[in-house]
Amino acid sequence: MEKRVRFKGLWLPLLLVMPQLLITAVFFFYPAGQAIWQSLFIPDPFGLSMRYVGLGNFEFLLSDPFYRASFVTTAVFSILVTLVSMGVALYLAVLADRLIKGSGTYRTLLIWPYAVAPAVAGVLWLFMFNTRVGVVTWYLGVLGYDWNHVLNQGEAMGLVVVASAWGRISYNFLFFLAGLQAIPRSVIEAAAIDGARFWTRFRTIVFPLLSPTTFFLLVVNIVYAFFETFGVIHTITSGGPQQATTILVYKVYADGFVGQDLGSSAAQSVILLVIVGILTIIQFKYIERRVHY
Amino acid sequence: MKRVLIAAALSTTALTATSAAAQTEIEFWHDKTGRLGELLKEQVATFNGMQSDYVVVESQKGNYSEVLNAGIAAFRAGEQPDILLVFEVGTATMMAAEGAIKPVYEVMAEAGADFDADGFIGAVKGYYTTNDGQMLSMPYNSSTPVLWVNRDKLQEAGINPDVDLSTWQNVGDVLDQLKAAGVDCPMTTAWQSWVHLENLSAYHDVPFATKENGFSGTDTELAFNGPVQVQHISTMGEWARDGKFIYAGRRNEGGANFRGGDCALFTESSAGYAGINAEAKFEFEVRPLPYWEGVDGAPMNTIIGGASLWVLAGQTDEEYKGVAEFLNFLSSPEIQAKWHQDTGYLPITSAAGDLTREQGFYDENPGTDIAVIQMTANQPTANSKGLRLGSFDQIRGIIDEELEAVWSGDKTAQAALDSAAERGNALLRRFEQATR
Repeated sequence: MEKRVRFKGLWLPLLLVMPQLLITAVFFFYPAGQAIWQSLFIPDPFGLSMRYVGLGNFEFLLSDPFYRASFVTTAVFSILVTLVSMGVALYLAVLADRLIKGSGTYRTLLIWPYAVAPAVAGVLWLFMFNTRVGVVTWYLGVLGYDWNHVLNQGEAMGLVVVASAWGRISYNFLFFLAGLQAIPRSVIEAAAIDGARFWTRFRTIVFPLLSPTTFFLLVVNIVYAFFETFGVIHTITSGGPQQATTILVYKVYADGFVGQDLGSSAAQSVILLVIVGILTIIQFKYIERRVHY
Repeated sequence: MKRVLIAAALSTTALTATSAAAQTEIEFWHDKTGRLGELLKEQVATFNGMQSDYVVVESQKGNYSEVLNAGIAAFRAGEQPDILLVFEVGTATMMAAEGAIKPVYEVMAEAGADFDADGFIGAVKGYYTTNDGQMLSMPYNSSTPVLWVNRDKLQEAGINPDVDLSTWQNVGDVLDQLKAAGVDCPMTTAWQSWVHLENLSAYHDVPFATKENGFSGTDTELAFNGPVQVQHISTMGEWARDGKFIYAGRRNEGGANFRGGDCALFTESSAGYAGINAEAKFEFEVRPLPYWEGVDGAPMNTIIGGASLWVLAGQTDEEYKGVAEFLNFLSSPEIQAKWHQDTGYLPITSAAGDLTREQGFYDENPGTDIAVIQMTANQPTANSKGLRLGSFDQIRGIIDEELEAVWSGDKTAQAALDSAAERGNALLRRFEQATR
C-alpha cells in the first residue's frame, strides 16, 4: 500500500531541494571524489610529487593481514556498541514509560550524557578504569580482579565499547521513549484485558510497533560506531593493546595524519565508504521489510 | 604574514605601524606547552628584545604530530612558517621533502652568519646532518634515556641504594630481590621502542636497520630482530610475566607510577628530570642506562630523542637572514646552558656543557651530567649515530603492538620482532616509492 503525492512543475521542487543538494555536493561528493582520486596515487606528504599506482594502494592494504583483521575488529566493535547502547536504552525507555512520578527528572538525567563529547567521555572512562588510580580498578582489585586494559585485549575492547555506548544511550533513549509513547494505550489495554502479561504484550505488540524507531536507530548507531567513536578510541587505547581496538576509521587517521601516508589513507576512506554504502543498502533492502509503519 | 602587518597597521597608530613594518617577522611553530612553553617564550622574548631588525612570532600548534601536520598543510596552501619544530622521527620525512625545506647550512652560508656546526655534540649533530656533514636542521630539544632510581624503595626492600645497576644482569638480580621483598612495581618504562629497541641497538653497537640505520639510503631494511635485541626483549618479557616489569603504556604513562613512588626503577628520558624533580616525594637518583655485559662494544653511546628546527622553503632572503640570526642566538652557550639546566634536555653544544660545568650546576645537582656523558662517551659508529627511517612514527606503532604481544605472553620475542620487522619493511618500501 504505497501512498504517493505528486507535485506539478519542475522548477519549484528543484529550487526547494537545491540547498540540500548543494550541501551534499560540497560536503560529500567533492571530498568523496577527492578521496577516490587520491587513492590512485602515492603522494609525498608535502604534495611535491604524486606517483600514479592505479589500484596499488588497495592491493597493499588488502594483502596486509592486519588490515583485514581490522574489519573483524570493526564488526565486533560496531555490533557490540549498537547492541549495548540500544538494549540499555530500550530497557530504560520501557521503565521511564511506566513511570508516573518524577519521570521528568529521570528523563533529564538520562539525556545528560549525550551532551558529553566522545573524547571527553573517553577521558572520563579512562580515568575510572586507569590501571593505577582508577576507582573502578581499585574496587575490582578489592574483589580480587586484576584489571589491566593496557595489556588485556578483551578488557580494552570492553572499555571502549562501554565508553562509546554510554553517551549514545541517551540519544537512543529519547527516540525509544517517543516511540513508546506513540503506541496507542488502547491496543495495550485490550491485550491486557485478554490476559496478556507484560512480557507477552511487549513481545507481540510493543516491540513490533516500535520497529520503525528501532530500524532508524539501528542505521544511525552503526554509522555512529563506524565513524564517530574515533575520539573514544583515540583517548583510551590509541588502537591497542596490539591491534585489539584498531577500528577502520582509526587506521585512516593513524596512517593519514600520523604516518603521512595519504595514498593509503585515501584508499581506506574509499573502502569505508563502500562498506557503509553496502551496509545501508542491506539494511534498507532486507531489514526494512520487517518494519511496520 | 602580510595580513598580520596590515592588522598591526590598523590596530596601532601610524607611528608605531611604520616601526612595525620596518621589522621583518619570523614565524616559528612548535609544540611546547606548560613549563617548556614558558621557557621557549622567554627565549623568543629575549631575542626580540636584544635586536630591532626582526621579530620572532611563536605559535603553539599542538603535539609533535600535529605540528608536523600543520606545517605540511600550511606548505600545501603556500602559508608555511619560516621555522617548524619537527620531532626526530619526522627527520626522514623532512629530508626527503627537498623542495619544501631550506637546509640550515645553506641558510647560514647565505646570511654570512658566523656558524660553527662542529661546535655541536657529535651524537646530536649526527642525527640531523647529511653523510658529508652538512647540517640540515638545527637541534632544539634533545634527550637520551637514562635509568631513574627510587632510592627509598630500594632501602625499604633491604637493598643497598648504591647497588651497582650498570648492567642488565645486575638489574635482573635487584629485580629478583625487589619482587621477593613484595614490591608491586620493581621496574617500569616510558617510550618502550625508543629505550628498549632503538637505544638498546645503538648502545650495543648492533644495527637497528641496514644502510647505516637508513643514513645512506631509503632502501634500508629493519634489522632489530638480531640476537642482542631478541635476548633483551625476551628477558623483559620474562620479567613482565613474573611481575618484575610493569608495562603502563606506549608513551610516558609509566612516569606517573614512578613519580607517585610505586616503582623502584624507571627507564625514561633524561628530560624527565623537571617532572620527577617537581613531583617525587622520595629520594631519587639518575643512573646511566644499563647494558648487557658480554656484548662486544657495549656500552657504546645512546642516541637522542626530541626535536629539531627546520627552515621551510619559499620565504624572502630578508626573512632567512632573520632566521639565521635567531638560530645562532638559540645555539649560543648562554641560552643553551640555561635550557639544559631548566629542562634536563641535553646541551646541544660542547660550549654549553662546559659553561654549565663552570657554573657549578653539575656539582649542585649530581647526576644531571650523566646523560651528557653517556651520549658523548664514544665516537658514534654507523650503528649509534641515530636513525633515519621513513614512516618511522608508524613503525614505532607497529613495534609497540608487537612488544605488547611479548609483555602479555602472546608471542615470543623472536616471533614478535620478526613480525615487527616484516611489517615495518612494507612501510619502508612504500616510503621509498613515495619519495623516489
